[in-house]
Formats: sequence, C-alpha cells, structure tokens
Amino acid sequence: MKRVNAVVVGAGAAGGVVAKELAVAGLSVVLLERGKWYTANDCRKDDLRNQRTTVLGNAFGPDDEGNPRVLVDAKGVASTVLPSEGGYQNDAACVGGGTLSWGAQAWRFLPQDFKMRSTYGAPAGSSLEDWPISYDDLEPFYEKAEYEIGISGDYSGTPFHGPRRRPLPMPPLPANREFDILEPAARRLGLHPFHIPMARNSVPYNGRGPCMRCRWCVGFACEVDAKNGSQNTVIPVALNTGNCELRTECMVKEILTDERGRARGVSYFDEHGRLQEQLSDLVVVSGCATESARLLLNSKSRLFPDGLGNRTDQVGRHLQGHHYTGAQGYFDFETYDDVGPGASIAISDYNHGTQGLCGGGMLANEFIRLPIHMVDRLPPGTPRWGLGHKRGMREWHRRTITIMGPTQQIPTAEGRVSVDPTVRDKWGLPVVRISGNVHPHTFEIGEAQAKRAEAWLKEAGAIQTSPMASRPQMVSAGQHQAGTCRMGNDPKGSVVNRYCQIHDVDNVFVIDSSVHVTNGGFNPALTIMAVAYYASDALVRNWKGTGFRS
Amino acid sequence: MGSSRKPGRLTRREFVTVGAIGSVAATIGCSPGKHGTWEFLTEDQARTLTAICDQIVPADDFPSASQAGVLNYIDRQLARHYKRHQDAYREGLERAHALSMKRFGQELSALSPQQQLEVATAIEQQDRVFFDLVRSHTLQGYYGSPRHGGNRDAVSWRMLGLTEPPTLGRSQYDLKKGPGL
Repeated sequence: MKRVNAVVVGAGAAGGVVAKELAVAGLSVVLLERGKWYTANDCRKDDLRNQRTTVLGNAFGPDDEGNPRVLVDAKGVASTVLPSEGGYQNDAACVGGGTLSWGAQAWRFLPQDFKMRSTYGAPAGSSLEDWPISYDDLEPFYEKAEYEIGISGDYSGTPFHGPRRRPLPMPPLPANREFDILEPAARRLGLHPFHIPMARNSVPYNGRGPCMRCRWCVGFACEVDAKNGSQNTVIPVALNTGNCELRTECMVKEILTDERGRARGVSYFDEHGRLQEQLSDLVVVSGCATESARLLLNSKSRLFPDGLGNRTDQVGRHLQGHHYTGAQGYFDFETYDDVGPGASIAISDYNHGTQGLCGGGMLANEFIRLPIHMVDRLPPGTPRWGLGHKRGMREWHRRTITIMGPTQQIPTAEGRVSVDPTVRDKWGLPVVRISGNVHPHTFEIGEAQAKRAEAWLKEAGAIQTSPMASRPQMVSAGQHQAGTCRMGNDPKGSVVNRYCQIHDVDNVFVIDSSVHVTNGGFNPALTIMAVAYYASDALVRNWKGTGFRS
Repeated sequence: MGSSRKPGRLTRREFVTVGAIGSVAATIGCSPGKHGTWEFLTEDQARTLTAICDQIVPADDFPSASQAGVLNYIDRQLARHYKRHQDAYREGLERAHALSMKRFGQELSALSPQQQLEVATAIEQQDRVFFDLVRSHTLQGYYGSPRHGGNRDAVSWRMLGLTEPPTLGRSQYDLKKGPGL
C-alpha cells in the first residue's frame, strides 16, 4: 500500500477536522474509521434503537456482537458489558463519530475552565490541573470551528462567556414554548438566559437547508441533514482535495514503530478482516478518549513495553465525562409544543463562582421528550405501572419540563482506561477496561445544580418538582468522555505536549477529547474540534517534507 | 394485509370489537393468528405473559398492552436482541404460573381482573427482578416505535396527543427558492 504523509485513526469530531486541515495543507492522508458512513437516509427515527436509547442496540455502533468491554465498579467488581449498556461508556462508531447523532450543542468552554487548579486548588484525592493552553490560545480556532461546522445561537443574553471576535454565523432557531416559559422566570431570578449554541442550521448554510423542527434529534441522524457534524462538513472537504482517502470498517490494531522508536505507520484489520499495514510519516490518534488510550496501550514493542506514550503510566488516567444532574418540573398547563430540537435555553451563571464549590456547569432545558423517556419520569408517587401509570403518562407527557446540565467533573488518577488481560474483541484485540469512580466533590456540585434547576422550574410555575441527582458508583465517561491522554508541559504528569504531540515519540499525535485536562461544564464537542484545528495548525506549520522543523 | 398478516396483529375491525368487549376479549387479541405462532413463547407462556402485561398497561379508553401488540414486541425481541433474557422469561413465567395456581387454583389468564392484579402485585413484591424486566419491556412495546411489533398504529403516541407521523415541513424557508442553496 502506498506510503502516505499521515494516517488519522478515527473519523469523528476531531479526526474529521485533522484530516481536512492536513489534506488542505497538501499532506497525503489516509483516514481510518472502524464504523460505517451513514447519511441522512439512515435516519430511522427508532426510539428504541439509536445512540441515546439503546435498549435494542446502538444505531451507529458499535454492535453488541464482538465488541465487549470490562467495567470495574467502585466496589472493585469486574463485569463484561455490551456497547448498548450504560457502563460501556460508549461513543458512536461511525463516520462523524458522535457528531452524526448528537443533540448538537456546540459550546465554547469558559476561560476559567482551562485554569481549574489555579482557580480552585485541587480537592483532596483529585488530579485537578490547569491546561497548558488557555482560552485565548483556542479562541481563533473556536471561531473557525463555529464557521466551518456551522453553529446557530445567540450569546448576547449572557455575560458569562469568553471574549469573542465574531458572533455566531447563524441566528438561533425561533423560541419554542419551553423557552418562552423559562426565559422570563430566569430573568426574575436574576439569571442570564440565552439561546443554546447549536451545530444545527437555522437558515440555509454550507449548501444544506435548515432544521425542520421534528422531534427526532438527539440520538438520531438528521432526516434533512440540517444538523452539522464532521461527516457532512469537514470530511467531504477533505475528500474533495484529492489528498485524503477515507477507509471505513477498518479497525486499527497497533501503531508500528521502528528500531529508533519512531512511528512508521499502523496495522489494521480492513473491512474483510484482513490485516493490512499503512505506512506513513506520522500517525494521528483520534479515536475518542477510551479507544485512543486503548490503541496506545495495545501498541507495545521492545522500546515501549507498556504501550506507546506510556512511559510514566499516564495513558488512560484521569478518565472523565460529565455528571448530569437537574430536575423535572410538572406544570398545570401545557409546556409541550412538539417542536424540535426542544433544547433551546440555557444559563451559565452557575459554571463558576459559587463559594465552596470547585466549578459547576451549564443548565439547559432538555431535548424533546419521546414517550419512552417519560415512562420513568412521572411525578414521585405516581404508580410504576397499571392504570395509574397510564393515566400519569396522559396527564404529564405534555406538561413537563426537564432542566439539566453537565456538571464539570473533578478528575482523579484512578478513573482510568486500561486494557483487559483476558477479554478480547472480535479482532482478537484486548478490550477497554474501565475502572474508578467519580470524585465525591463532583456529586456535591451536581446536587447544588439540581437544587438550582428546581428553583428555576418553580419560578416558571411548576406545581411540583423532582430532583435528578444520583451518585452512580462507577466512573462517568459516556459520549462526553475525555482525559485519558492528558495534555501538559511535564512528561511525568501528561502524555502529550501543548501541541498534542506524544512526549515520547515526535511523529505520533493524540488529537481528540483524550487530551482534555478538564472537561468544562459544557458539552465538549466544539472544544474537541477547536483543539483539533489548533493542533493541526501547529502540525502543518512545523511540517517539513517527511519530518518536522526543529 | 391478507395472508401476510403477522401473528397477533388485529385488523381495524377486530380491534374495535375487542375494545368493545373489553378485557375478556383481550386474551383472544394477542393469541397468534392462524397463519403463525410465536417465535419464542409457548402458548401457555403467552397467556400468562399477556395477563401480566395487561396489568402493567391495562385497557381503558385506550388499548391494553396486549391489544397494542406488546406480546408481539416481547416475543420478537426474545428471539432477537433479548435472547439473553430467554431464561429469565421461561423461569419467571413458570413462577408466575405457580403463584397463580397456589393462590387461586387456576392459571393466571383464567382469573378475574382483580385476582390478576393481586397476583401481579405479588410478583412485583416476591420476584422484583423478573417483574421489572417485564415492566420495562412492556413499556418499550407500548410506548416505543411501532416498527418493532408493539404500539400498534402508534396508538400510545396518539393517546399522548402526538401527531404520527411527526409533522414535516415546518421550516420557515421555502428551500426551492432559498438563498444560498
């Protein structure tokens, strides 16, 4: 197979951006993706089989067959889990990765989110740390992501955001009923509500039409292709340069290194299960926090007996996601208008600045309720089954609002991905083993957030509220997974440098949520993309033929 | 649908009839049609499961679980995605049957609605893991997508006041004339 300049492993939020940036700069790129390439035609509107409700499996991968993981809970009990089970901490396996079927909230982190340790100090038992880069370093790349991916929204209602040079490229969608109910209530509480930034066309943009406002959004491919991910933005651009080849259903086995310890390419199983080698000048790992760590750990050699980039036992550590908490509010009037995407209004008043809490998170109303989501969200005291439950569904489905948000996690070194010593996947590769727990202070922040959500709902007229703030006894990662290949200046406490280059090996990069030191109190995809633009920019500037400028 | 009619699927006329006769007819409605049998369940298991499911979602102005095809849903999934639950159903339904025989001397499907409610409550208390499994699957079949064999004619979605299929074309733009396209 022809040697290329770069192999990019994973065609998700980050890998798509990297492939595009390198291909546009003139590098030859092979983009490898373990999943398939779905399009708007694959929108099945199946509420039992999608990426959010997975009782009948994941719509966009991985399949339950042949892709197990091992989960070790907080008590130390290990069990094998399937991709459709929550403990698996899944992210979609397809072109576009999570951005094919996401809700499409496209947030910038706040300046403080990059300086958590210097803002708050590290709580006992945590590995809270500052990023080696700042919001200001990323700002131009946030903007680039917002314009190239296509984001709608309006930040003008809130002072709680970092400096920005340009507004979002598209206005928000018109307010829905929940927005109209919640907006004045938030103002009465002295809060600053505003339109959620969304990677969703509100007007024609990038050659595709706007959202038609159906109820099938988060978890589904968009029927009218108005939702923006890497699969319908940067990846087509990369392919159109003629410099990038996308190979789907290709599972990378390991990163190959030479006797001097530099990467020479990857070996992978192609769509027919045949082992192939793709040689390259550099390798970019963009497989998401769990799978990127697994690939490095599975890339063992004489020089790297514990895996690539893992000389200081940092690969896989600081695994985090978001601890979601909030509240349900029940109303004596209709709140439901059947107008998607549903999620419309947010506040970021509570992300920082509360005495005694190391951070917080954004709060927003929830995406549109499908009936299957409502069956376990009826008011406390409603019968779990029988006529009372059925009446409850009729009574409350259209008279409920959910407010929730991603509580920023306090990372720990024990929350981690390793590779299981015995369990293998269908390719015979050691699988991801997940262990650790959420830091207890994260639970305390989450419980404060739930109370705030209840207060907002009550002010909006809820006749009853019910908090959602459990303390799950396992690490939290899921679709917002991050942190396993931490970015840092000190090789002892990190895996990659500030340009996402592995400390040990100068031609291997990890560019995805793995490098997040902390994960903000926001959905992380836009930050993943901004970091990908930023790291690609540095990579291209330093690229000199088949090596790097010194 | 003619001869391709699927097991347990009611025609609209049958559905109206069943609704009018009420819970007695419910068990007829969910037995397999003459052109097919259940994929996983035996007839005995199906009768017991029908009784439990119809306690979880009973009939009122809207159909019960079995009238809406929940048995189709569960049976199909037990032969597909829920193969791993086959033993739980086999054993759980056997325990439910035994409980009914012990308490009332008859199988569950033959009991009065009040007696069935009593047995279902006892199963919930004594056999919580199995009951919760059936509850989850029943609610999935009743409130989930009709494509999987339940929620016949999207009846639960219409019960909740949702249009089906969802409204299309609400965009404020005429895409044929829209700028930038």
